[in-house]
Amino acid sequence: MNLLIKNGLVVDPLSAKAEVCDILIEKSNIAKIGKNLNSETKVIDASGKVILPGLIDMHAHLRVPGREDEETILTGSQAAVKGGFTTIMCMPNTNPRIDNASVVDLIKKEGDKTGLLDIIPVGAITKAQEGKELSELAELKDAGCLAVSEDGMSVENSHLLRCALEYSKMLGLLVISHCEEKSLSHGGLMHENLVSTRLGLRGIPDIAETIVLARDIELGRFTGSKIHIAHVSSARSVDLIKRAKDDGVDITAETCPHYIALNDEAVAAFNTNTKINPPLRTEKDRQRIVEAIKSGVIDCIATDHAPHNKAEKELEYNLAPFGTIGFETALSVAITALLENKIIDWIQLARLMSLNPAKRLGLKDKGFIKEGIEANLVIVDPRNEWVVQEEDIVSKSKNSVFMDRKLKGSVEITIYKGKVVFKR
Amino acid sequence: MVRKHHKFVMKETKKLLDKTGIEKALKRLAHEIVEKNKGTEQLVIIGIMTRGAHLAKRLVKAIAEIDGKQPPLGTLDITFYRDDLSMVAEQPIVRKTDLKFDISGKKVILVDDVLYTGRTVRAALTQLIDFGRPQFIQLAVLIDRGFRELPIRADFVGKNIPTAQKEIVEVKLQETDGVDEVVILEKENNQQIKE
Amino acid sequence: MPANNKTKWNRKDLLGLEDLARDEIELILDTADSFKEVLTREVKKVPTLRGKTVVLLFLEPSTRTRTSFELAAKRLSADTVSIASSSSSIVKGESLTDTAKNIEAMNIDAIVLRHSSEGSARMLSQQINAAVINAGDGCHEHPTQALLDIMTIREKKQAIDGLKVSIIGDISHSRVARSNIWGLKKLGAQVTVCGPATLMPRDIESLGVKVCYDINEAIKDADVVNVLRLQLERQKEHLLPSIREYIRLFGIDKERLSVAKKDVLILHPGPVNRGIELSVDVADSPEALILNQVTNGIAVRMAVLYLLCVQTGEK
Repeated sequence: MNLLIKNGLVVDPLSAKAEVCDILIEKSNIAKIGKNLNSETKVIDASGKVILPGLIDMHAHLRVPGREDEETILTGSQAAVKGGFTTIMCMPNTNPRIDNASVVDLIKKEGDKTGLLDIIPVGAITKAQEGKELSELAELKDAGCLAVSEDGMSVENSHLLRCALEYSKMLGLLVISHCEEKSLSHGGLMHENLVSTRLGLRGIPDIAETIVLARDIELGRFTGSKIHIAHVSSARSVDLIKRAKDDGVDITAETCPHYIALNDEAVAAFNTNTKINPPLRTEKDRQRIVEAIKSGVIDCIATDHAPHNKAEKELEYNLAPFGTIGFETALSVAITALLENKIIDWIQLARLMSLNPAKRLGLKDKGFIKEGIEANLVIVDPRNEWVVQEEDIVSKSKNSVFMDRKLKGSVEITIYKGKVVFKR
Repeated sequence: MVRKHHKFVMKETKKLLDKTGIEKALKRLAHEIVEKNKGTEQLVIIGIMTRGAHLAKRLVKAIAEIDGKQPPLGTLDITFYRDDLSMVAEQPIVRKTDLKFDISGKKVILVDDVLYTGRTVRAALTQLIDFGRPQFIQLAVLIDRGFRELPIRADFVGKNIPTAQKEIVEVKLQETDGVDEVVILEKENNQQIKE
Repeated sequence: MPANNKTKWNRKDLLGLEDLARDEIELILDTADSFKEVLTREVKKVPTLRGKTVVLLFLEPSTRTRTSFELAAKRLSADTVSIASSSSSIVKGESLTDTAKNIEAMNIDAIVLRHSSEGSARMLSQQINAAVINAGDGCHEHPTQALLDIMTIREKKQAIDGLKVSIIGDISHSRVARSNIWGLKKLGAQVTVCGPATLMPRDIESLGVKVCYDINEAIKDADVVNVLRLQLERQKEHLLPSIREYIRLFGIDKERLSVAKKDVLILHPGPVNRGIELSVDVADSPEALILNQVTNGIAVRMAVLYLLCVQTGEK
C-alpha cells in the first residue's frame, strides 16, 4: 500500500522538529520524508493538518476476556484508532485476569485478527490479582507482556511487591503502579474536600494515593526497578514523583485527560460519568498536574479507558461503577486543554502521547517519524470544533466524562503499518 | 373579586365612582343590610381578601354608626378553594384566613368588591361551610358587573354596571391603592379577559 | 411577609436548599404559615389538590417523615400512594430507574422520595415529568426538615437574620445539617457546627460556618441549638471510641444548657436518642420545640406540595 501525505505539519518528537513537508509511505514503511514529493499513488492532502507519530496508550481497559458486554477487542480497537492510537496496552483486571500466557495469547490473537493496531496486554502482578502469590512473570514476558501491573488496586503486601519489583527488574519488565490505600478510600465516591462536603458524598482523600505512592517510590528506590505511576491525580503525588526523580529513582508517571481538564466541581450534578478512580480532584490539583506536564515531571498522557455499559452507569451515584471511556477524546482534550493555551507545543504533545511511552516500554522504532521505520501516523485537524455526543461514540460503552462538552481538534486519519485504519 | 395581574397593556377609559361615590354606596349597603336583617343580632361580616376584606372593615364601621353595635369581622383567603388554580397566569399569593369566631348559627354577610363570574364567591361559600354551619349567607358587593358563569346572585349591590367582556372593572381603595375610586380599564386589542 | 410579594415558584422539583434563593425559601415559609392556620380548623382540609396523586416512595426506613408527608397530602385533598421498602431489598439499582418509569406511566403528579443514595432525587427528577420532592437523599439534603426547623425558629424569634444557630452532632453524615446550613445562611443567620473531629466534614468552614469541638463554646450565646441524632453504628467505623465518651463531650443536659441564653430554643429532627444527644429532662423541657417541629412539618410539607403541584400558567 503506497500513500503520499502532502503538506502536513510533520511533528517528530525525537529530533524535536515540526516542519511542513511530505511523507511517502511504501508498503508498510515510511520511505521518504521531504518537500515536494511526487508519486504515482494515492495522495492525502494534509494541508492545514498536523501529522503526529501514532499515539501510544499505556493504560486502557479492554474488558476482554469476561466483560464483552462493555467492550470487545474489535470495538475497543475501533475506538482507539479513532482516537489516533496505533499501540495500546490493556490492563489485566479482566475475568479471568491476564495472569498466564493463554490469556495473553487470546487477546493478542483477537488483536491480530482485527489488525487495526498493536495491542500489548499487561500482565497481573499476582495470580488472579488476589495479592497472595506472584504470577509467573517470565511466562507473561515470553507471551508478549512488556509491563505488569495490579491495576484496579495496589499490591497490599509490601514484601510481595518488593519481590515483584526485583523479579521484574531481572526480566526487564516495567511495573505499573496503581496507588490506592483501600482503608482510606473504602466507600469513597469522589475526592474528599469542599465539594464532597457540600454533596454529602463520602470522600476519597488524596492521601489514599500519596501514601502508597510514597511506599512504591521507596521500594523502587530500594530495588532499582523500573516503575511507572498510573493515573496521577493529585498535587502531592506530583511533589513526591519530582523528588523521586531528583533522587535518581527510575520512575516515570502518567496522567489522564480528565485530570488535566476537569476538577471535582464536575461531580456536583451527580452525573455518574464523573465517578472515576482516582477521583477528579480540586482545581489546585489540576493546575499542579498541568504544570507537571509542562515541566516533564509527568511523562505521559494515558487514557485509562474504562468502559461501562448503560445499565451499570444509569444507577445511583454510590452504585455506579468507577470509570470513563477515553480513547476517542484523549487527543482532543490534550489539544483543547494544553495546546490551545500554549502550555505545551506539538512536539511536547507528541512526546507525551507517543515518544515517552515508546521509550519507557522499549518499543523499537515507535513514537517518532523517520525515514525507514514502520508508518504509524495520525493526521490531526487542529481546528475542528466538535461536541462529544453519544451517537458518535464508537466504543461499545458510552460513559464519557466529556459528554456534551465542546472540544477542539480531531483525528482525521490514522495510519497503522502503512494502512489507513481510520478515516473521519 | 380576586385581584389578578393584568398581563396586557390597559388603559383607563371611564371613572365610575369617586371617593364620595364609594362612601355613599357603602352607607347605603350598610342601611340595607341592617334593614333586611332587622338589626345586627347574630350578624357577622366576612370579607374576601384583599379588597373585599377592606370593604368589609369599612362596612362594619358603617353598620356600627347606624345600629350602635359593631358586628364581628372576619377575612377569607380563598386561594386554596379556587377552581382555576392551574389556569391563572400567575401563582396567586397566599394570605392568611382570619376567622376567630365560630360561624355556626350566625348570619353571615359575605363581602367582595366586584361580582363577576361568581367563581370567587363559590369558593368562599365552600370554604365557609368547612368552618361551620351558618344560619344563612348573604352576599354584599360594591359592584355587580354581570356575566355570571354560576348561579350566584348578590343580596346587596352598591352599583350595577353593565360592561363588555373586554373591560376590567378595577376597584381602588385607599388601603391598598392609595386612592378611593372605581374605574373601567380596557385592553388594547379586544381580547376577552377571564377572571 | 406576603403583602406585595412578587416571588413566584417556578421549579418543577424541590431537591434541596442549596439552589434556592432567599425569596424562594421565604415564599415556602410564608405559604406554610397559611397552611398552619388550616390545621387549626375543625375541618383540617382544603380542596386545593383534589384529584392530584402524590406517591410517597420511601426506600429508606422512616415513619415520621412519611406520615407527615402523607398527612400533608391528604389535608390538601390529594390522593396518596405509599411505597415503602428498603433499597437493598429490591435488586440494587433496578429499583429507582425502573420504578420511576413505571410510576410515570401511572400519570401521577408528585413523588416524595427518600433514598439512601446522594443525588437520587435529582436522578429521579430527570427521569420523570412529575414533581419530585426530596425527603432525604443519603447524606446530601433534607430540605423540608430544614424548612420546618427554620419555620419553628421564625415563629419564636420572628427573624432569622443575625441569629446564632449551633448545630451539634455528626455533621459529616447529616443531610439535616447540610440543608439547615444552606437555609439558615441564606436567611442571614450565623451558623456554628460542633461535634467530634472525626464526624466533621472536610473544609466545611468554606461554607461560611464556624467550626468548634467544644460543646460549651457552641452553646454559649446561641439563640438556637439544633441537636442531631447520633447513629449508633458510627462507633463500629472507628469514628467514635464509644457512645459514653460522646455523651460526656457532646451530650446536652440541663447543666450544659445553663450557659446558654435564657430564651434559647432547642430543636431536634427526631427521633431522639433519649439520654444520648439530649438528656431526658431536656428532651421533655419547654425549650425543646420538638413537637412544634412536628406540627410545622405538616404545614411546610403542605406548602411544598401546593407550590409544586399547582403549577400555574396558560395550558
